[in-house]
Amino acid sequence: MSDMAVHAPHPPGFKHQFEDMEQQREAGSLGMWVFLVTEIMFFGGLFATYIIYRTLYLTAFEEGSRLLNVKFGAANTAVLIGSSLTMALAIHAAQAGKKKSEQVMYLVLTMILGALFLFLKFNYEWRADYHEHLIPGFGFIIRPEWGAAGTHVPLYFCFYFFMTGLHAMHMIIGFGILGTLTVMAHRGRFSSEYYAPLEVSGLYWHFVDIVWIFLFPLLYLIGGRFALPGVH
Amino acid sequence: MSGHVVPVKTYLGIFVALLVLTALTTGVAFVDFGDIHTGIRLIEVIPLNTVVALAIAVVKMLLVILFFMHVKYSSSLTKIVVMTGFLFLAILVSFTLADELTRGWTPEAGGWNTALPTILPLLRGLF
Repeated sequence: MSDMAVHAPHPPGFKHQFEDMEQQREAGSLGMWVFLVTEIMFFGGLFATYIIYRTLYLTAFEEGSRLLNVKFGAANTAVLIGSSLTMALAIHAAQAGKKKSEQVMYLVLTMILGALFLFLKFNYEWRADYHEHLIPGFGFIIRPEWGAAGTHVPLYFCFYFFMTGLHAMHMIIGFGILGTLTVMAHRGRFSSEYYAPLEVSGLYWHFVDIVWIFLFPLLYLIGGRFALPGVH
Repeated sequence: MSGHVVPVKTYLGIFVALLVLTALTTGVAFVDFGDIHTGIRLIEVIPLNTVVALAIAVVKMLLVILFFMHVKYSSSLTKIVVMTGFLFLAILVSFTLADELTRGWTPEAGGWNTALPTILPLLRGLF
């Protein structure tokens, strides 16, 4: 209609193809969710395969699951939930127009908790698995006490390492994203008007948290931790 | 306009709920709830512990999606896209299981590997 609309002052980060900031924000979240739907299917293939083989070799999967350290699994779940909280608080800080130092603090806290998760996973759990000969392809030893199910326990550990490994890879990608966000926040790029990068990265980080919320029971708790009659 | 701002109190409440549910799911793993006996081939035994653990995981997932991921405050379009993801996952899992669990229901058809003793010598002859 007029030149006025084109050259009207607008908030930083506003792209002209959108009606207003609200529509732009919603389009961004929707796009991220479409990506996350593909991620659900990406992990979903693994979960479906896990369900099939758990059905076929239930005893072996229960046997393998009891060999994992449930204390580290539970502690890591809490750590990851904590990192989701700090991520949500970082977005909240931008939304509420808080100082950029507060956004930076929460983003750094998120990274620290994420790093703590990977440190516990790699340095304690995977290391112990290596020493106990539980890594298929790296001197896996089938123990006689597993009985007839023993031959399929390595299959369970293939799932364990592949699923937790893929999850860890997503977290490492997340560090790259969080690092970039921290620099952007430090430069004062986010405000209560514009915080789309924080919002969509938060969606990604929470998604990785949800994957772990399912991996924890499926891998650590599936066999039960109670003493079974007739089981050593 | 700047989206719906969720109060910090809500985030902290969800965080505490998630921690409690994590402790609960870990705790109940030490209690034997017994098994469901279905009488269906390949899934004769379903440990109730698995059902309980997954039910708690679904509740935790819903808390994260609705509050941390702001889906509760998002447009209907976003909500539909989110549900689509889980719908397709359900199709993937249920159709694959429908195949896997019903193999052997038709005795004359047999599994793919019943043909191996016939096929393998033929293949060996080729190479």
